[in-house]
Amino acid sequence: MGKPKVATVWCEGCAGCHMSFLDLDETLLDVLSRIELTVTPITDFKDYRFPDVDLGIIEGGVGNEEQLEIVQHMRAKSKIIMAWGDCAVFGGINTLRNQTPVKDLLHYGYVASASTMNGVIPIHAELPRLLDKVLAVNAVIQVDCYIPGCPPSPEAIAYGLTEILLGRLPVLPSDMIHFD
Amino acid sequence: MTTATKITINPISRLEGHGKVTIHLDSQGEVDEAFFHITQFRGYEHFCQGRPFEEMPIITQRICGICPVSHQLASAKACDAICGVTIPETAARLRELIHMGQFIQSHALHFFHLASPDLLLGWDSDPAKRNVVGVIEAAPELAKKGIRLRKFGQDIISALGGKKIHPAFAVPGGVTNALPQGARDKLLAGFPEAFETAQAALGIIRDWVGQHADEVRGFANFPSHYASLVDAAGNIQLYDGDMRIRSHEGATVAQFKPETYLDYIAEQVEPWSYMKFPFFKPQGYPDGVYRVGPLARLNAVDAMGTPKADEAFQVFRQNAQNGLKGASLLYHYARLIELMYALEKAQAFLEDDRICGKAVRSTAAPVNPEGVGIIEAPRGTLIHHYGADAHGMINKVNLIVATGHNNIGMNRAVTLVAKAHIHNGEVSEGMLNRVEGAIRCYDPCLSCATHALGQMQLTIEVRDITGRCIARLERA
Repeated sequence: MGKPKVATVWCEGCAGCHMSFLDLDETLLDVLSRIELTVTPITDFKDYRFPDVDLGIIEGGVGNEEQLEIVQHMRAKSKIIMAWGDCAVFGGINTLRNQTPVKDLLHYGYVASASTMNGVIPIHAELPRLLDKVLAVNAVIQVDCYIPGCPPSPEAIAYGLTEILLGRLPVLPSDMIHFD
Repeated sequence: MTTATKITINPISRLEGHGKVTIHLDSQGEVDEAFFHITQFRGYEHFCQGRPFEEMPIITQRICGICPVSHQLASAKACDAICGVTIPETAARLRELIHMGQFIQSHALHFFHLASPDLLLGWDSDPAKRNVVGVIEAAPELAKKGIRLRKFGQDIISALGGKKIHPAFAVPGGVTNALPQGARDKLLAGFPEAFETAQAALGIIRDWVGQHADEVRGFANFPSHYASLVDAAGNIQLYDGDMRIRSHEGATVAQFKPETYLDYIAEQVEPWSYMKFPFFKPQGYPDGVYRVGPLARLNAVDAMGTPKADEAFQVFRQNAQNGLKGASLLYHYARLIELMYALEKAQAFLEDDRICGKAVRSTAAPVNPEGVGIIEAPRGTLIHHYGADAHGMINKVNLIVATGHNNIGMNRAVTLVAKAHIHNGEVSEGMLNRVEGAIRCYDPCLSCATHALGQMQLTIEVRDITGRCIARLERA
């Protein structure tokens, strides 16, 4: 096989996992030479209806209808789905909102908060509707491998990609799992 | 060329996050209005309520993986205010030092990884190559230096906070640990190369601006107010100080203590975006438009206060005369002057023996019902405002992030560029990239923007005069 095609997205997350990927620093050059990056937030490919890829990487949980569509689409197009980071793996910090009805969250943010004037809850055709709860990725699609961490260390990310390049599904060794 | 009447760019790429722009055309196919939508909402302001206040620096830094340190520090400052403590001098120095690490990594990331493809490869270059990988192929030595400069900033963060992203360092009353001597020496050894790379990058942008003077003048160049924190002398301050708002003409229209921000800043909501629209309250919405971030800071302050940055600042000021003060492309230039400043400040802190002091934490109970922490994050002014009960349980949260302050400005920039480049409903790929480029000047951090706001998708959609989406333009 040629260079494996890789796509990445971030959904309900903070970009920290993608930053940790960039924290591979000089090793990044080596990694980038061994894969073909297709759709990612750091390139200029615009269409999430991207062609088939070998590996689809997802950062972040699933918190709105658009993200749901993106991860389902990515599942359909990817041979392997890898979840990066605690939000994708478990739902992560954003699940703190799951105890509260969405309308209360929106009301506080857009009407009640201290600096808001003439508040109104945004509703528009361009704005995806929030799901009632933020979900881990494997609550909506099948996930093939997991790289947990907040964020996963660059070493853990490199390990995951290296295993894929060797034709194996990565299982993170315990010394690469951090709870911080 | 494609003919269309509603244009959508989705997602906006090479931003830290995603965005969506819709451009509405009139019956002649000329641009009527353009909108920059933020399409995500996460609800931090509500879901933090009921948490113990000391958790806030750890929770709120998860708003953003690119500038977590800025959120952590703004949060810790709001918590200091709730405790009513002045933190030890060493702790204040260590906090500002880790913040400089954040500036170095974030500004280097933006220039080398995200913006340089446009500047070095060109707006109309092959989109398949117009990314950091393309820069690595075209200018491998420069790309490697950029990667190492960002790493240097991350190393400062990691030396103090134990890890590069989401460190646990600032706490109410100070920081968790002192800086060991060995770590200090190791960091000091990194400055010569870091300065060399920053100087080279500054030279690149200075030359680029010189060679593209007409483009800089004609690209999303508009007047507004400008905001920054300043010290007592009016120099730039990124960690602590009064907030100053200056007019386009250079008059200081307000300068105030963080805890009084609600007298000067309010936010409007528009139904088409999850990101609110902050404005200068005395002038109302949308006339009270102000911008934040590198260009705004350099327009709002009197001087940088460090030798190399001040030298660059003087040249910048001369160049920025003659009607270029509001030019969005100068954000890239201003960002690299700040990068120089951050390196100089970090070096000065590390060369001073007091950085290894052992008194790094004051303790006190939560005595005040409210606390406000304001900091200059890499992308601009960041406000954390909390209320807490007598046990320190959070009962109120208000966050205004850097990208939020620039919301009116970014929408204006997008509209100006769309109007300049779209005529008769004709749209090209390079034009789409210029519209994105207008947003990219502001380096909007869409992760931050979506504390409240979330993920921006950039689609360009063209709509006809009845609002019907006639075409949707995406790059495949």
